[in-house]
Amino acid sequence: MTKKDLGLLILILVVGAVVTAINPRFLSAINLANTSNLVALFGILSIGQAFVIITGGIELSVGSVIALLGTLFIDFIAVREVSWPLAFVLILALGAVIGFVHGWLITRLKLQPFVVTLCGLLIYRGVARFYTADGTAGFAFGQNFPTLEFLTAGRSYGLPNSFIALIVIAIVMWVVLHRSVFGRYLYAIGKNEEAAKYSGIRTGRVIIAAYVICGVLTALSAIYFAMYTRSISPASHGQFYELYAIAAAVLGGFSLRGGEGSLVGAVLGTVLLQELQNLVNLLGIPSSLNFAVMGGVILIGVLVDQQWGVFRARRRMLEASRRGVAGAPAE
Amino acid sequence: MGHRLLPRAVNYGVMTSTDSTQPTTAPFLSLEAVRKTYPGVVALDRFSMEVRPGEVIGLVGENGAGKSTLMKILGGVTRPDSGTVTVDGAAHDGLTVEQSIGSGIAFVHQELNLFENLDVAANIFFGREPLRAGPLRLVDRAKLREMVAPLLKRVGANFSADAPVASLSLAQQQMVEIAKALSIKARLVILDEPTSSLPMAETEKLLDVIKGLKAQGISVIFISHRLHEIERVADRVVVLRDGTLAGTLPKSHINHDEMVRLMIGRMLKEREKAGEAARAPGSVALSADAIRTSTYPDRPVSLELKRGEILGLAGLVGSGRTELARVLFGIDERLAGSVALDGKPLNVGSAADAVANGIFLVPEDRKLTGILLDLSIAQNISLPNLPAHARRSLVSAGAELATAEKQKKNLGIKAPSVLTRTGTLSGGNQQKVVLAKWLAMNPKVMILDEPTRGIDIGAKAEIYGLMRALADAGVAVLMISSDMEEVIGVSDRIAVMHEGQISGILDKDDFSQENVLLLAVGKKPKLLQTAGGAQ
Repeated sequence: MTKKDLGLLILILVVGAVVTAINPRFLSAINLANTSNLVALFGILSIGQAFVIITGGIELSVGSVIALLGTLFIDFIAVREVSWPLAFVLILALGAVIGFVHGWLITRLKLQPFVVTLCGLLIYRGVARFYTADGTAGFAFGQNFPTLEFLTAGRSYGLPNSFIALIVIAIVMWVVLHRSVFGRYLYAIGKNEEAAKYSGIRTGRVIIAAYVICGVLTALSAIYFAMYTRSISPASHGQFYELYAIAAAVLGGFSLRGGEGSLVGAVLGTVLLQELQNLVNLLGIPSSLNFAVMGGVILIGVLVDQQWGVFRARRRMLEASRRGVAGAPAE
Repeated sequence: MGHRLLPRAVNYGVMTSTDSTQPTTAPFLSLEAVRKTYPGVVALDRFSMEVRPGEVIGLVGENGAGKSTLMKILGGVTRPDSGTVTVDGAAHDGLTVEQSIGSGIAFVHQELNLFENLDVAANIFFGREPLRAGPLRLVDRAKLREMVAPLLKRVGANFSADAPVASLSLAQQQMVEIAKALSIKARLVILDEPTSSLPMAETEKLLDVIKGLKAQGISVIFISHRLHEIERVADRVVVLRDGTLAGTLPKSHINHDEMVRLMIGRMLKEREKAGEAARAPGSVALSADAIRTSTYPDRPVSLELKRGEILGLAGLVGSGRTELARVLFGIDERLAGSVALDGKPLNVGSAADAVANGIFLVPEDRKLTGILLDLSIAQNISLPNLPAHARRSLVSAGAELATAEKQKKNLGIKAPSVLTRTGTLSGGNQQKVVLAKWLAMNPKVMILDEPTRGIDIGAKAEIYGLMRALADAGVAVLMISSDMEEVIGVSDRIAVMHEGQISGILDKDDFSQENVLLLAVGKKPKLLQTAGGAQ
């Protein structure tokens, strides 16, 4: 855990304490369970997004992918009667294909990530709406899938299963990002793609892999969201979710320039965002202010972090100059 | 440095004294005993020259001879330590940028300063656009065109004022720059290597523009490595060497050999010639057959690199050396031709392929492509060979540190620890990190592009030692260098490139600065034996 992560954790605890003091329902079991479920769904998105952002890219189509894949998933199992495990795998595969196409367009055809994924955002939303003829995809009355429902919306030991899934995914992806060869490549590419290429890294493949990971995690999240809402109107389902994911990663210390960030930070960023949502509800702040609160907090967070960095750099320079008065400058 | 200087008698038209009787017109610009030092270096010393109205001066000298310092003084960017600069009769200790511009000195640099997204007229009058009356401050396009037309005519432009700059050829863009200079009533236009990136036909156009300027009474200082162009347009040639005036050639004495002689200014040194006993040449490690790069798509390059040798690759900046290295290392696409490693055809489609085959590159731009400044020494060294430092795809910090410690010791990398960020190291130590990452993985072919640029003397010697040790261990070493002494002192053979092609290969007996320079400008070298390798 980095210093940044620790700062974020402290902020989460302080905000939590303040909210609890004003409205003790914050710590009620039902509120915690609900919030942790949402943290899980958005957390999985943020982790996927983090893998793309670390390469210096961005994935804007997340919300639309959630609408499209969620719609398809419900359609597969509720209407077309595909067995749910098969549908589950199919949706993840589709997520991988979407990620691959994005990565391929970005690395091989040298398109900008922002442009590619912005087009994705528009295309998938449009396709989803067309697929249901702008109707709502949902389950028929009395239709149920006990195992699937348990895995996605159920609980074990009082914890939502989705949250347990997040913990497992976060641990695995933490190891991948912070300990594996692939993770090191991601960091190197994010820092300086050219130099990474000159070190013999197949940068194109690594970047494509990052988009595939994001696609698969987004697909997984899409299934969770579908099972959580149980009905999807593709015109609005998942709207702005990419921004939640990006915001969480940025709060967690990821630089949009690439090469910087910790996965713990991205998860904590998600926790903070959901806590703020929850705060708006619990403290009776008009929900129309929801986005404004979130935007304000992210801005302040990033500002404090940045100013702190400037302050430390200045202090270091002063120290160095004090030490170096007598000696020669070190190049 | 102990080299014998050529007799100073080559100063035909001596410009070092003002009591010369020849000036028919007052000089527009004259420099007198100008001296400029930087910490540890005398960049310019006892330098005097003058430029008369309508005169074309060719300014030549090797890299580092002091040309850029001279340009900075004329542009008002730096002040000389001593000496006087007289412009238009007014003597100064040094110019300010405002004085330089105000007196009509204009520069056209090798890298053009144009807005490619704007049209020609907008570029020429950028920031000085004629405005229409009214509060909106709209640009008066009609007036602008009216003002631009005569300027374009004066440079002989064959394009219109509203052509986007991006659609123009390089020579045309240079014409725009020159027109811009004329628009501020330039009286002296300084062209800094304007032709180095131009193809033949374009060069012709530019030389015509220079003649046109001269006819209009505007003085020109033309800096170029391409001596035949100087021969054609210059009225007088000023040769710089090691920061001093090596000589001035009047029009009647401008010829290629004379310029080269003045530029080098010394006879061969024994060390350069004899060197060590010739090594037994090893088998051919890397061979390139008629490969073409995207910079010079019409020039095939063939080259053989033997085991155990250091092949120096000399040539002027822009002659295609770096491009060749980038193709061999798989960074750039190979347009045609074939490459073989140990006699077997090799298809290098990416740097990863090259690395997998033991072909490594120490690139020219250390900070941008050589190392990752934000990573530690250890992380930089393990990067190209990370799977070998991992167990089940997880990086083993222990293995990484062990390799790094070993390389740090072997190469004498000076740093507090292998966990130090490479961005905080000195240039020499950064370069050692670049070398270390490759040395840790058994190179077969090592390509070094300007390996000692910007590195202090001590580290230089160490890097030469490392290169020699590599060669002795059977590695084929290709060293690209613009440093003449380095090429001659370190190489076993020297290949010289000129405008995208290998213009000749020198064996040890024929090593001399003169021969290298002759080949670099596309002339025949003076070989001791006819058995020399020049084509």
